[in-house]
Amino acid sequence: MGIRFILMVNKQGQTRLAQYYEWLTLEERRAIEGEIVRKCLARNEQQCSFVEHRNYKIVYRRYASLFFLVGVDNDENELAILEFIHLLVETMDRHFGNVCELDIMFHLEKAHFMLEEMVMNGCIVETSKSNILSPIQLMEKTS
Amino acid sequence: MGSQGGIGQSKEFLDLVKSIGEARSKAEEDRIVLGEIETLKRRLVEPGIPKRKMKEYIIRLVYIEMLGHDASFGYIHAVKMTHDDSLFLKRTGYLAVTLFLNEDHDLIILIVNTIQKDLKSDNFLIVCAALNAVCKLINEETIPAVLPQVVELLGHQKEAVRKKAIMALHRFHQKSPSSVSHLVSNFRKRLCDNDPGVMGATLCPLLDLVNRDVSSFKDLVVSFVSILKQVAEHRLPKTYDYHQLPAPFIQIRLLKILGLLGSGDKQASEQMYMVVGDIFRKCDSSSNIGNAVLYQCVCCVSSIHPNPKLLESAADVIARFLKSDSHNLKYLGIDALGRLIKLSPEIAEQHQLAVIDCLEDPDDTLKRKTFELLHKMTKSSNVEVIVDRMIDYMISINDNHYKTDIVSRCVELAEQFAPSNQWFIQTMNRVFEHAGDLVNIKVAHNLMHLIAEGFGEDDDTEYTHLRSSAVDSYLRIIGAPKLPSVFLQVICWVLGEYGTADGKYSASYITGKLCDVAEAYSNDETVKAYAVTALMKIYACEMAAGRTVDILPECQTLIEELSASHSTDLQQRAYELQAVIALDAQTVENILPSDASSKEIEIDKNLPFLNDHVERAIEKGAQPYIPESERSGFSSASYLNSQDLHEVPPSHGLRFEAYELPKQPSVPLTTPPVSIGSSNELIPVPEPTYNRGTQAAVSLPSSSNAGPAEVKLRLDGVQKRWGRPTYSSSSASTSAAASQDTINGVTPPDGATTVTPAISKGRETTYEPTRKTQQAVEISPEKQKLAASLFGGSSKQERKSSLGGGHKTAAKPTGGHAAEAPAKKMAAPVQQPPPPDLLDLGEMTVATTGPLIDPFKQLEGLLDSVELASSTKNHVDVSAAKGPDAMAFYGDSATTVEQGGHHFSSIDDVDNLVSGLSSATTDASSGGGIPTSQLTTQNSKGPNLKDALQKDALVRQMGVNPSSQNPNLFKDLLG
Repeated sequence: MGIRFILMVNKQGQTRLAQYYEWLTLEERRAIEGEIVRKCLARNEQQCSFVEHRNYKIVYRRYASLFFLVGVDNDENELAILEFIHLLVETMDRHFGNVCELDIMFHLEKAHFMLEEMVMNGCIVETSKSNILSPIQLMEKTS
Repeated sequence: MGSQGGIGQSKEFLDLVKSIGEARSKAEEDRIVLGEIETLKRRLVEPGIPKRKMKEYIIRLVYIEMLGHDASFGYIHAVKMTHDDSLFLKRTGYLAVTLFLNEDHDLIILIVNTIQKDLKSDNFLIVCAALNAVCKLINEETIPAVLPQVVELLGHQKEAVRKKAIMALHRFHQKSPSSVSHLVSNFRKRLCDNDPGVMGATLCPLLDLVNRDVSSFKDLVVSFVSILKQVAEHRLPKTYDYHQLPAPFIQIRLLKILGLLGSGDKQASEQMYMVVGDIFRKCDSSSNIGNAVLYQCVCCVSSIHPNPKLLESAADVIARFLKSDSHNLKYLGIDALGRLIKLSPEIAEQHQLAVIDCLEDPDDTLKRKTFELLHKMTKSSNVEVIVDRMIDYMISINDNHYKTDIVSRCVELAEQFAPSNQWFIQTMNRVFEHAGDLVNIKVAHNLMHLIAEGFGEDDDTEYTHLRSSAVDSYLRIIGAPKLPSVFLQVICWVLGEYGTADGKYSASYITGKLCDVAEAYSNDETVKAYAVTALMKIYACEMAAGRTVDILPECQTLIEELSASHSTDLQQRAYELQAVIALDAQTVENILPSDASSKEIEIDKNLPFLNDHVERAIEKGAQPYIPESERSGFSSASYLNSQDLHEVPPSHGLRFEAYELPKQPSVPLTTPPVSIGSSNELIPVPEPTYNRGTQAAVSLPSSSNAGPAEVKLRLDGVQKRWGRPTYSSSSASTSAAASQDTINGVTPPDGATTVTPAISKGRETTYEPTRKTQQAVEISPEKQKLAASLFGGSSKQERKSSLGGGHKTAAKPTGGHAAEAPAKKMAAPVQQPPPPDLLDLGEMTVATTGPLIDPFKQLEGLLDSVELASSTKNHVDVSAAKGPDAMAFYGDSATTVEQGGHHFSSIDDVDNLVSGLSSATTDASSGGGIPTSQLTTQNSKGPNLKDALQKDALVRQMGVNPSSQNPNLFKDLLG
């Protein structure tokens, strides 16, 4: 499975984007988000970007006020996931131009479309920025 | 519409997002969302909503769910949107549906048809959107509806479609391997796809497949190796590069697959050595991603057949990781060390101090990883230190999940490597005392077993000593408040068996203690049951020894109280106790022989002694017994009748056939219920050993007895017993014995003791301190001692100077930016400096030339962030040249920026502003739209001027400015 979920949460703990690759009910999502956000936000800069939670791990990275949290299985390469987060941010940055929290909020669906190109079935399937963005650009052109 | 949007988004939507963005608390956010739910409920039922508007509503529904509220009232509109002709709307519809619905939702059936149609579309983007939905929405039952089309799309001319089709197939394989088992060859085929993207994606299903069944993919080793070689040699298009590394994510996945394929396969491994060695050499070790690939190499090397040269490279990488200041690398280093230690145990010794530093690090993640490593390197010589540390740590944490995990590790290590019985018992006591509720009940039984049987040594005095020390320690602990139930059970059992054995303690002292326990934990029936049975054993022991039993008044009260208990189990135990006391010494000796806890009891499952009785009953017209296997669904019903819930076969789901065999359940009723004989048939004995079944009976003594006990009540003969070999001799005494055996049954004769006497492993020799000459450096003696006890030999001092120094200093950023180091230093006193990684960006290449006359000086003074200041300088350069034009264009004056600056300074968050010009850019532009900043943007990145202008326009349209509550919203994520 690899990736179980990708969350973007600001430092007040408010969810900005949530994508789950295994089905969880609304209550389960709420609970999970509450728990892990609390856990990750409490950590300082020097500590690892990885946190164990129940039977999986969370790899997180902070950009300005926004935290990117990725839940992965235990056999996943943590550092690679950390870089995957960065690739995601770079990709969004290329699309939005100086991407900020508000861009993601105004264009929630586009942020999701990018994720759809990058991750399927919990696996990273595409890492070329141009391949990720071209369907979205094409779509914008036609609409 | 432009990428920055704004156009097409209604004021309402912008206001919603704005208010959510500025919500300061969860309560405020909830209030906004609840209001939004009301609005949308009203709006969605209005007739003739324009499509664009509808799309916006759908996104608002997504917001509602994302923020934790139910939006099911609008699901149907998302479903409808998937029918739309416009690609953008359709895709938004699909997105919303995948976010809202799981694959078993009722509405899915409405979408399958749309998906089928879209899979046939001429527009490949529509096909892709449908394939995305297939991956999330198709369940086992609907696979056949789309499978043929998905397979056809595997040969589509567009690589994006092939990629998504292969992932859809992957999904089907995850959901139901059998549905696509005939299509596995497609994964092999797509591996050779011309497009690297398709090839890369195909590795995902292949990794799963290899994981499941290594042997059928051995032939692909050559292909994987050659692909990896080409990737590493930079043969893929540049767009796959990430931070100058060729397709690192593909490399990592290939290394994972190779690790699996080469595990325990010398021949396959040999084919990999070359390419893995190449990657070790080529990989850039200064970037995160390079280290990620290197780490995966180490994992691969430790998994495949060992190769000395590669092991050496791996050891070098690990050494570098462990010496790094980055906690992330240390973490990976510890993990990698744990993998490599099986192959080359001596490597641990080189890093002992680094390991100890990690163990003592305040970072919990690192600490836990280190415990994992220690767990792997435990042996009899260091088990005491390691388990001791683990228990200390376990006591210090609150997270039950991890507590359970570490407890089971402790127990496992203690059972495996215990140097002495004494130590084992003490360790177990600590574990039980602090985490008894998290320990598997089996562990308690193992401990009882151990105390009863010892480690199998012949020495009798040792044996007795062990028991008396256990009794001593328990009598010490027993008074402690709030002991876990499991631990109390062990204590009661041991006191009952051995409390008076060595004559040190009098029976009345022990029984007094047992009564105290039963009273203190009056809510815990299991503990009370253990206590009362222990009492009985002690009295029996006294009687057998010819002493008169002197029952303390409090014991008497307890027994009386229990014989009127609501729990039939407790009641029975109390009655049994009373019956035993009334017997003569000889009988008691027979039914409760001392120290017989570990004697095996043979059980004849056929219960031959019942044969006569059964025949008589059949003659009288009773139905013959039908074995469980020959009964159909009826069995569960009959179990329920007899209240024997434990034995209900768990496999019974819904039954679709009619309830035949109506006669069966009436069997007990048709037979005359008066005679004892027929009443026996009420007892559920499909498995006659049920009560004696080792685990079932042991783990739930009270409840496992409860079922039959109630049957017994119906017979209104307290003395009657069930399903025991001793059944026919229906005296009270035998039943007492039976009951005691239940308790003794705790020690199943299946040889569960994994505890073995300490055997020193051959491996230890490598830890002998003979190899090196060492000189002492300034390392705390405490650490040295710990190192010595953990790693066997005395510590290797030569490493210390470097390690000790390195670890003491504060963590520093790993990035190599020249400008970064001073900035970082300055930022240090700031409350929350941004993580070093943030700055580690290749894009921040704008030259910071010397400052000109700085009109933004106020800004510099106001924002006490040096980083921001430097970036301000940066766009001053530009503004000097182009400023006037741009300003004219906007008609704004620089004073706005000053205001913006003032606003900022009044906000706590200022400190957190990410450095870099782009953050300043957005901040400034949002403040009042100073075009200079946009020019800078253009300078630093691609064609962003337009974007930024639009963004700015949007921001102003909304009336959001940085003085509002949450300026973070505008902050550039990439500083």
